[in-house]
Amino acid sequence: MSLWHKHAIFEKNSIVLVIGVLVVIAIGGLVEITPLFYLKSTIEKVDGVRPYTPLELAGRNIYVREGCYNCHSQMIRALRDEVERYGHYSLAAESMYDRPFQWGSKRTGPDLARIGAKYSDEWHRDHLRAPKSVVPTTVMPAYPWLEATELDFAHIEDELKVNAALGVPYSPEMIREARADVKAQATTDAPDAAALLKRYPRSQARDYDGNPARITEADALIAYLQVLGTLVDFKLYDDKANIR
Amino acid sequence: MNPTYRALAEFAQSWGLAYFVAIFLVVLGYALWPSRQREFDEAAHMPLRED
Amino acid sequence: MAQATVAPKSMTFGEGGTAIAFTVLALLSIVVAAKAYTPEYGFHAYLFAAGSVAAVFALFNRYFDRPAAPAPLVIDGKPNYNMGPVKFATVMAVFWGIAGFTVGLYAALELAFPVLNFDLPWISFGRIRPLHTSAVIFAFGGNVLIATSFYVVQRTCRARMVGDIAPWFVVLGYNFFIVIAGTGYLLGITQAKEYAEPEWYADLWLTVVWVVYLLVFLGTLMRRTEPHIYVANWFYLAFILTIAVLHLGNNAAIPVSLFSSKSYIVWAGVQDAMVQWWYGHNAVGFFLTAGFLAIMYYFIPKRAERPVYSYRLSIIHFWALIFLYIWAGPHHLHYTALPDWAQTLGMTFSIMLWMPSWGGMINGMMTLSGAWDKLRTDPVLRMMVVSVAFYGMATFEGPLMSVKAVNSLSHYTDWTIGHVHSGALGWVGYVSFGAIYCLVPWLWNRPLYSVKLVNWHFWISTIGIVLYITAMWVSGILQGLMWRAYTALGFLEYSFIETVEAMHPFYVIRALGGALFLAGALLMAWNLWQTVNARQAEPAATPALVPAE
Repeated sequence: MSLWHKHAIFEKNSIVLVIGVLVVIAIGGLVEITPLFYLKSTIEKVDGVRPYTPLELAGRNIYVREGCYNCHSQMIRALRDEVERYGHYSLAAESMYDRPFQWGSKRTGPDLARIGAKYSDEWHRDHLRAPKSVVPTTVMPAYPWLEATELDFAHIEDELKVNAALGVPYSPEMIREARADVKAQATTDAPDAAALLKRYPRSQARDYDGNPARITEADALIAYLQVLGTLVDFKLYDDKANIR
Repeated sequence: MNPTYRALAEFAQSWGLAYFVAIFLVVLGYALWPSRQREFDEAAHMPLRED
Repeated sequence: MAQATVAPKSMTFGEGGTAIAFTVLALLSIVVAAKAYTPEYGFHAYLFAAGSVAAVFALFNRYFDRPAAPAPLVIDGKPNYNMGPVKFATVMAVFWGIAGFTVGLYAALELAFPVLNFDLPWISFGRIRPLHTSAVIFAFGGNVLIATSFYVVQRTCRARMVGDIAPWFVVLGYNFFIVIAGTGYLLGITQAKEYAEPEWYADLWLTVVWVVYLLVFLGTLMRRTEPHIYVANWFYLAFILTIAVLHLGNNAAIPVSLFSSKSYIVWAGVQDAMVQWWYGHNAVGFFLTAGFLAIMYYFIPKRAERPVYSYRLSIIHFWALIFLYIWAGPHHLHYTALPDWAQTLGMTFSIMLWMPSWGGMINGMMTLSGAWDKLRTDPVLRMMVVSVAFYGMATFEGPLMSVKAVNSLSHYTDWTIGHVHSGALGWVGYVSFGAIYCLVPWLWNRPLYSVKLVNWHFWISTIGIVLYITAMWVSGILQGLMWRAYTALGFLEYSFIETVEAMHPFYVIRALGGALFLAGALLMAWNLWQTVNARQAEPAATPALVPAE
């Protein structure tokens, strides 16, 4: 009897320890994470932020696949030199549809939060194919396979669907037209460009990789890079309205 | 539910702080209670006993 | 009647159930492989199928070879420790350590000499940097933690590890996860969340392995014959539990399809950033700190043959550390779009974290008090004590860097890389090497081949670490200052590419430091190889001590 009694306490002790650890580690996470979902001030109200077009999303997935976040941040901090170097500091709203977020932690290369529309498509093409051809002392690897690889967008609707299920406002129409939108956006003077623009304001349709015959991974990645940081018009943005 | 930043901050800075101080004292009490000395000494020697 | 007492050999529930589960997994994997959206994912599905088939084969093979009765818990009044899985994880730790250090060296060389990317997708920096971080943290560190935790929990509980198949499932399953994760990065399968890059199916697999790990550990604790749970086990338990919580929280994702390797994280933007660094910082706090502190609390007292300096301090250390660490994540997000209140909380708790960290450091160091002379004669002990010194240094630097004003300079630069490596090479690396140098002779029951080589390992690696972290300090602070330098006219003084050019010499020195660290580890591998393969001088006088497998 006494032995059994003792044993029960032993067992309880390790369970008590488990519960103690779980309670103690839960506090910090709960206090820091849950308010972010409930406090309205967390994400500013901003005009212009929209979900990625299917082509941009495919490009983003290539950005993710190649591990660009290992060397490039997408988060301009509210510091004088960063704002002067890269542009307006990043808003939480600007990455509200980013799954995963790509703020990064290291700048072996420059920040890319507002890289969109800073360089021409040709520049990006050359830079991805052979970075040293445009920046002789760069340490960036070359990505020649992007313009040589056909973009695989056979399942792009599924990708939009999962995003929609998670709360990204992709309408049924956007999902239905996803494949057509990829083709339209990767084509210069595409007849469907108007419909694309209506679904995705400020989207730009053109042949990004300079090869009209094919839709390549370079098309997608450059389309993504060219939209980064361009959706919010900071001439109209009132930063006093969102003071936290 | 629509909590405001101010309400949460006030709660955290009063009750939250008191709560943290309290659990810290509990841990200190547990670890430093004099009668546990023998138990802890025994535990500290556990790795050294061979079998 | 007499016949009934001789139990016929029959398959246990564990054996049969595991075999059935793996058969199902093999079939499922073949279906997935056939319908996979990409060849890369198909390759992984085939790996799962092959692994499952091998597991079923191994289970049957083991069943036919084993004696009818289960392994006894006690032999001659002594616990019949189960050290087979510990040996396996120890060997894998050395293997993955060498692999991870090599990949790290290559990545460092790519930054110094970008031509080494060879325009190939599989070895471009963006893909092998996660390979390096995962290989050293999860493959090397993880195997060290599994090996030592299985060893320590058995010895300090004086009980055989719970489970027959389960411990082997943990070590083999965990290493299979590493193969999936690592090959995935090279093939471009990644979630792009730092230190949590493996995709959804690898995460699911790891979850199963981890739950079994927890159950084996907890079950062994419950089986203990000692009244007290030794403090090292507290740290191991906190490590296992917290990593489980973090893993589930940070990797919550919805796959595009069963046949696609791609998934989307349920969190987005600023919330994902907070969840990621809640995970990321506590991967440091609980994987690389709590787990290795457990090693410190067992192996240093054991090696020094003295009890830990203050058991009371270790208890305060434990609760304060695990409570404070979990808050520190937001210091990775200073001045970003994360709300200021969260940044301030992260900074405050990071600074407070300095105290328990140094409490632990003092506790580890002072265990040597009265036996400092051992540092001169025992390089293994010296390695572990120096690791604690590095721990103290890194846990002073960490709170410093979490101060917003300092962080505005250090963040995004190599200073962070230097800080991480003073902890990773100095603390995690050295305490692991120390534990492995202890474990191998104990497990294989023979003396270490050469103590002199340990000395060489120590000094070569130490020079490597010093080169590495000083190069990164200089390059990090230099780059941070260059980014914010202004001319007399008020313009930014340097273009970004000028700051990149300025890094080159430091990247070369860093690679040299890494090469020395790798050279030291190779010495260790050779030393251990010779130890294990040494022909025993005489048949051991006490064969009963050799643990049954």
